[in-house]
Amino acid sequence: MAGRIVALIVAGLVFGPLALVALRAEGWGLDWPALRFTVTQAALSALASVLLAIPVARALARRRFPGRGALIALLGAPFLLPVIVAVLGLLAIFGRTGLLNRTLGTDLSIYGLHGVVLAHVFFNMPLAVRLILQGWQGIPAERFRLAQSLGFAPRDIARHLERPMLREVLPGALTVIFVICLASFAVALTLGGGPAATTVELAIYQALRFEFDLGRAASLSALQFAICAAAVLLASRVALPSGFGAGLDRQVAFGPAGWRRVADASTLLAATLFVALPLLMVAQRGLPGVASLPMGVWAAAGRSLVVALASTALTVAAALALALARRRWAELAATLPLAASSLVLGTGLFLAIHPFAAPERLALPVTMLVNAVLALPFAYRILAPAAARIEADYGRLADSLAMQGWARLRWLILPRLAQPLGFAAGVSAALSMGDLGVIALFAGQGGATLPLMVQQLMGAYRMEQAGAAALLLVVLSFGLFWSFDAWGRRAAT
Amino acid sequence: MRHLILALLPCAANAETLTVMTYDSFVSEWGPGPAIEAAFEAECGCDLRFIAPGDGAALLARLKLEGARTEADVVLGLDTNLMAEAKRTGLFAPHGQTPALDLPVAWADDTFLPFDWGWFAFVHRTDLTPPTSFEELAASDLRVVIQDPRSSTPGLGLVMWVKAAYGERAAGIWDGLSDNILTVTPGWSEAYGLFTEGEADMVLSYSTSPAYHLIAERDATKAAAIFTEGHYLQVEVAAKLANASPLADRFMEFMLTPAFQAAIPETNWMYPAAGPDPFGDLPKPGKTLTFTPDEAASLRANAIAEWQAALSR
Amino acid sequence: MHGGDVLQLDLTVIWDDFRLTADWGAEAGERIAIIGPSGAGKSTLLMAIAGFVPMQGHIRWNGTDLLAAPGKRPVTTLFQDQNLFPHLTVAQNLALGLSPDLRRMDGVDEALARVGLSGLGARKPAQLSGGQQGRAALARALLRARPVLLLDEPFAALGPALKHEMLDLVDRVAGDALVLMVTHDPADARRIAGRTVMLADGIAHPPMPTAALLDSPPPALRDYLGA
Repeated sequence: MAGRIVALIVAGLVFGPLALVALRAEGWGLDWPALRFTVTQAALSALASVLLAIPVARALARRRFPGRGALIALLGAPFLLPVIVAVLGLLAIFGRTGLLNRTLGTDLSIYGLHGVVLAHVFFNMPLAVRLILQGWQGIPAERFRLAQSLGFAPRDIARHLERPMLREVLPGALTVIFVICLASFAVALTLGGGPAATTVELAIYQALRFEFDLGRAASLSALQFAICAAAVLLASRVALPSGFGAGLDRQVAFGPAGWRRVADASTLLAATLFVALPLLMVAQRGLPGVASLPMGVWAAAGRSLVVALASTALTVAAALALALARRRWAELAATLPLAASSLVLGTGLFLAIHPFAAPERLALPVTMLVNAVLALPFAYRILAPAAARIEADYGRLADSLAMQGWARLRWLILPRLAQPLGFAAGVSAALSMGDLGVIALFAGQGGATLPLMVQQLMGAYRMEQAGAAALLLVVLSFGLFWSFDAWGRRAAT
Repeated sequence: MRHLILALLPCAANAETLTVMTYDSFVSEWGPGPAIEAAFEAECGCDLRFIAPGDGAALLARLKLEGARTEADVVLGLDTNLMAEAKRTGLFAPHGQTPALDLPVAWADDTFLPFDWGWFAFVHRTDLTPPTSFEELAASDLRVVIQDPRSSTPGLGLVMWVKAAYGERAAGIWDGLSDNILTVTPGWSEAYGLFTEGEADMVLSYSTSPAYHLIAERDATKAAAIFTEGHYLQVEVAAKLANASPLADRFMEFMLTPAFQAAIPETNWMYPAAGPDPFGDLPKPGKTLTFTPDEAASLRANAIAEWQAALSR
Repeated sequence: MHGGDVLQLDLTVIWDDFRLTADWGAEAGERIAIIGPSGAGKSTLLMAIAGFVPMQGHIRWNGTDLLAAPGKRPVTTLFQDQNLFPHLTVAQNLALGLSPDLRRMDGVDEALARVGLSGLGARKPAQLSGGQQGRAALARALLRARPVLLLDEPFAALGPALKHEMLDLVDRVAGDALVLMVTHDPADARRIAGRTVMLADGIAHPPMPTAALLDSPPPALRDYLGA
């Protein structure tokens, strides 16, 4: 019931603004080259992110070493970075005068399709690792013990335990990342090297901002939805339940020795460097300016924190309701916002609000709501498989004990979902911190959030202070993420 | 409760409040907004309120969204490339002034008043010898960052610049430039960020950009390359809306007084529209290129298409 | 079927090619074993009574049709595994038998004492042995105090001595309740069940006195017992 209501609200929030924009349209227009580039880069990015994530997730799942928890937390970071900050971090490594080219004495160019894919992999590979790692942790330790007792070689473990799990987890991860990259805008444009790298989202931006062609914006946005919906339907068709039973909560490491230990270590080292080096560059750029940050930046940081916490509460509640509904429509409702152009969302909400109230008075509530909707797909992806597993493992027992409604939520679902809940809340909070969303359309004087402040500083030539404010943003986002995630993992043990 | 309802209603234009819609960097802590707000409020004894829905390009879109219902009395921050389209909305009223302006071109528009202006230019570090024309740039192996004309005002300015300098030959110039363009960013700040990071040799910005580094950072290592074809002019303008409060006229007058104009150079880093040249030491182009608003409006789509075709290859 | 039956079955379960019918009754306080080849549908019959398997026909309790949701039936079920929530303490797991929202804890300690788990209430299930986990599940059945106890081979994994101990405990704990117990081991049936249902070829035959049935088994049962 709650799931149905949430699904309706989400669909209303996603399609309502689109409809309002379309109603004001005077014509239609599509952009085929943009569509082709958008789909190509999104597909390549999703494939590369997920393929690279599998060995990393496996190494993390089967090895125990000091700093493992910190590494898993670190993997949350890139996804939470404001795009332009991350791009500058990546350029410091892979750019024309970056670390790589300077060390190797080469002149490799990052600009072009491969650069777009590289940046998307930086953002999304760690997310894929976290999603796949959850799948690995969902295989009961008893199964691995059984496999060991049967003398399974790593190949047999892969065949009987890991591949069925991957078949369940990968389509979802691929879909999420594909759809995230569909709506990519700044990465594709900044690293794409030119107008050949025009994405649909950029075409929407152009239509709204410069040409004021609402019809073109609405039809491009509808097209984006169509691709997203197709991807989701395809993924849920491929996804097969892996049929693992429940196990008692014991965790063991099961790493095979020999060359595989070396391979795992190198994989983890490479992944750590790939993620950490650009982050270090962001820190190095930002630190010198921190002391001279103006008061306004701290006030904006406070506003961003409030917005992030409020929208996290909304997101997690909505994602939980949808995850517990365990239906195709719930999955569709939870995934649609991924393809929602935040520009169209913002413009539509603006059209809805403007006749009744001054938009800048509602800037923060609207930002909160939009951030909550935009973060929903991630929270849902994290919660849904875990919720399904709980039902499969303990649904009958709970039914037989008449645990329904609140009792089931309080004593079965929340405690067993604690870890994914913490992760989902962390991701939602950090996304909300970092997302520019619609604030720019609604912002008045003095109501800026931290990401908007970063942009304003950059727009005022203050690159050093912008770097410092960006670092503050990263630290706060990461702090929120880490707090929620750590809470979840503590509550789960 | 009543307060809440009042707060949620569009505030009925209180005679004491003047609402100015402008771009976000104008009202930021580092823009001219705060100083201008204080000065005007002291003079008129009223409340000056800014709304800032985004960058310069977003202003017009926002105004079209709102139509005649807009609560803005004055829109400040459109540029010459967008003026014709803005005028076609029919939302604006003539300013009724005969101002004394210090612009490199004559100004006769009866609706829009300039408040600052600048020349687009490529900014480079002083350790390289800059090209002196687009053709020289195209022949060099320098790498430049530019902005997308479909999402940024400087990006559009560059496309119009090439069009103004080369007319029919513009497409050929873009062909020659295409291998010098490192990448195209959505907005000015991303491009400028790439340049200061050392990714590019030059960035499309303004001839006054080096003044920021000189004055605010005491850094003399940035300079603007002066091109012999001349430089395209950007004039930033303001206009009052047809159903504006009477305070709008006072604000339009105030805009060209020293109290407003003095705030411009070291916040917007542009030349003030009325007043002495604050950046006397900076090199200036020998020739100013410009289009009338109507020319700009009619050339825009075609010029962007030429740009896009050349760079998509 | 005779007048003393509290539970009356007249049901058919159909799943693709699988078919199972039962048409018999059981009296209060009886101990009835259900025996038969694996795959014949022993668990299915139990799950139909518990309310987890859709079926045609009737299950009557004291003459009225049982249609309620599983948790509302006059039934306590012990599954083959997953009888305890691993994230709750043993005491909390027991208290779920009193109220699903864990608002009551009264009687939990006594129940633990009756199954020999005194002092272990604060542990998590993973810290208990297999036998202890079975005892905890039985202690919850005690607290639920429903007139029917369904056992779906919950002790199959235990050794013979331990299993006999558990069956005796079941007998004590169940008291006046009717016990229906799935097993594949005739010794289990002999130990506590007065009557036994033979399930073969899609039919759950009416319960017969255990000793008589096992001493001279019909052909289908003889094949299964391998005697």
